[in-house]
Amino acid sequence: MTESDDRTGTAVPVLALTGVSKSFGAVRALRGVTLELYAGEAHALAGENGAGKSTLVKTLSGVHRPDTGQVLLDGRPVEFHGPADAQAAGVAVIYQEPTLFPDLSIAENIFIGRHPRVRLGRIDRDRMHASTAELFARLGVPLDPRQPARGLSIADQQLVEIAKALSREARVLVMDEPTAALSGAEVARLFAVVKALREQGCAVLFISHRLDEIFELCQRVTTLRDGAWVASEPVAGLTHDDLVRRMVGRELDALYPKRGTVPGEVALKVHRLTREGVFTDVSFEVRRGEIVALAGLVGAGRSEVARAIFGVDRWDAGWVEVDGRLLPPASPTAAMSAGLALVPEDRRQQGLVMDQSIERNIGLTGLRSLRRSSLGPVISRAAERDRARDWAIRLRLKYNRLSDAVSVLSGGNQQKVVLGKWLSTRPRVLIVDEPTRGIDVGTKAEVHRLLSELAADGMAVLMISSDLPEVLGMADRVLVMQEGRLTADIPRDRATEESVMAAATGRAA
Amino acid sequence: MTAVTASTRGVVDLVFRAREASIVAALAVLVAVTAGANGNFLSTQGVKDIFLNAAILALLAVGQTFVIITRNIDLSVGSVVGLVAFTVGGFLAADHGRGVLLAVLLGVAIGALCGIVNGLLVSVGRVPALVVTLGTLYVIQGVDHYIAHGRQINAVDLPPALLSLGNGSVLGVPYLPLIAVVVMLAVGFYLRSYPSGRDFYAIGSSPEAAGLAGVPVRRRVMAAYLLSGALAGLAGVLWLARFGTVVADAANGWELQVVSAVVVGGVAITGGVGTVYGAALGALLLTTITSALVVLRVDPFWQQAITGALLLLAISVDRLLALRVARILRRRNARHGS
Repeated sequence: MTESDDRTGTAVPVLALTGVSKSFGAVRALRGVTLELYAGEAHALAGENGAGKSTLVKTLSGVHRPDTGQVLLDGRPVEFHGPADAQAAGVAVIYQEPTLFPDLSIAENIFIGRHPRVRLGRIDRDRMHASTAELFARLGVPLDPRQPARGLSIADQQLVEIAKALSREARVLVMDEPTAALSGAEVARLFAVVKALREQGCAVLFISHRLDEIFELCQRVTTLRDGAWVASEPVAGLTHDDLVRRMVGRELDALYPKRGTVPGEVALKVHRLTREGVFTDVSFEVRRGEIVALAGLVGAGRSEVARAIFGVDRWDAGWVEVDGRLLPPASPTAAMSAGLALVPEDRRQQGLVMDQSIERNIGLTGLRSLRRSSLGPVISRAAERDRARDWAIRLRLKYNRLSDAVSVLSGGNQQKVVLGKWLSTRPRVLIVDEPTRGIDVGTKAEVHRLLSELAADGMAVLMISSDLPEVLGMADRVLVMQEGRLTADIPRDRATEESVMAAATGRAA
Repeated sequence: MTAVTASTRGVVDLVFRAREASIVAALAVLVAVTAGANGNFLSTQGVKDIFLNAAILALLAVGQTFVIITRNIDLSVGSVVGLVAFTVGGFLAADHGRGVLLAVLLGVAIGALCGIVNGLLVSVGRVPALVVTLGTLYVIQGVDHYIAHGRQINAVDLPPALLSLGNGSVLGVPYLPLIAVVVMLAVGFYLRSYPSGRDFYAIGSSPEAAGLAGVPVRRRVMAAYLLSGALAGLAGVLWLARFGTVVADAANGWELQVVSAVVVGGVAITGGVGTVYGAALGALLLTTITSALVVLRVDPFWQQAITGALLLLAISVDRLLALRVARILRRRNARHGS
């Protein structure tokens, strides 16, 4: 099954791992993993969160050194003593969150460590700017080399990283979930650039949770599960289900287990809400038992509407009602006591205190109710632990101890902790912003099951999502925003990829 | 599209240049007002005093800039100045045959040693810089007091050559500010024009990205502390040369003045941004304010309060400008992004 490609016999892989293992304390992140990257080939790395993909990337990029096994460059064993060694060998890595220097100019970001020089070793700024402009021209990107990197969109930051790889004449381009935060158009532009690089003979390693992208971009795929190698095979001839089965190791429950519900009375009513320059005249209702999706392109103003409803940002006009009572503006405290909960998009920055324990994080939203009545404002540790354990079980959280810091959990489990934190406030209206971004399929299905159950129990759910299959699979109604305005309200039976995208991009449906 | 880009660059550039310009403007206003109120302020001696005082602060500010640009801090510099001033003073007082150059080398070496200790603890020990240098501040002070044992160094014990370094001049320009300007220009040129100089900015801008980009983070942080310590050692010798009389707690508390000068001079306390020119100008501004307040007979209490207010003003302006620049950049990106 795995040696069907005749290439393996003839060509020598540019970069390869053989039998690589890596442990962190008691955790075995990689166990005897083998991977071969060939020039001119895009190779996908698939696996659930925690399967060892990131560790593998960091082994290729010289951040980690394997405990056993070898890294082979052009068939010869090499040892990378740090990222600089890997770069010198022609390995360029683009991380999910680009690692640029916000205070340096774009050109300097590209040439850091290898500035072009004039006599006495001084930096040749003119040449640096000219070379950068040339790189951008090759990539077809309209960026100014002199501009500081601060303020660039994630998509542009990735293009700067690609320009950096290009300038180093990288032979291997490793991309760790580059598309997680990109809109459809940005993904298309990225893919065009990557395909061109591949055709020029670059070896590409591509990681994504979006299986469609793997099928679109890659020729071969290697699957990891729990740190172990499962399969390496050509993409052609594989189906989605095959790939999911390799990743999960079992048949998956339905990915969109949406239960039919009868919507009850209106729980959340938003009337002509406006925040100048951000969103305008947004009106909608969410009923009990309903899951309403808020779709649209990245930057359409969806998260901003959610933040305003929850009182994080203030609004300039309009009003919000929860269960028929007006919500005061700009007060998350009032929103919480009215029964609102907001699970934010960026769980690391906004959803969790990364260094604190699971139980502390879950308890954070309910500190008042955790008080020991006899002692006044003193938190009961026992109550905190009970609550955390309760939610950990309900959410099927995978953890070692409740006192572990959330930073050691995988992305999917972190998202469950954020969900637990907000669900423990027993909200009447739940707003979730990109609830499954960067989460593996297994956990994704669990989050969907949970949302469906919550709605069936009478909760009103507003789900912001850029994942169209998720929107179509989970929502009773789809609201679409475009450039700060609500452009469509589509019932479940009429929602299709075409109708939603048409409304999101402003083309007439 | 290109028009937008060009104007954005103009705005961004302006904001970063504006700092040096606005300090110069503030200086001009301050000098004009004070001189108007009291003509003695601009007497030859008055101006010379300001430059002599500013020179030592500026040297320390240049060293501190290095450290702060890498997103660290060096609070031990005041103690290093005190220790060096006293030990070098004792060294010279013991034998008048010892030369000034030897004294300078000894002072720089002692300072560099203190810098190495700080650098090792911060870069290899991975202890937060604030804690490390707060610790070494007290340790070095303690060593200084132990060595001094209540004694003091007097000007009469020192070789005249050293004292003339502190108060003499060449072609009418006193040595001290000359040294400070030379050091500032050299360091400024290095930081801007050499690849390894840019590493310091990269580290402060994003330590994580610096590591991934193959920047030798530990070595550079180490170098920043080494340089800050060495310049503090040099400043200690100059302090001795200028004042002649030194007790153990010389330059006590100067670390905060130095950090203030650097921040007022536009070096971001969060790292990655700023120039040594700005920092040196900040030192000159703070010194001039102190002198002006003395000339204007303002209560010493107010001098400190005004320094503090200036610091808050500088930080607030930085914050406002940063927000404005971010907004401009965001708007620009929104325009060509979608």
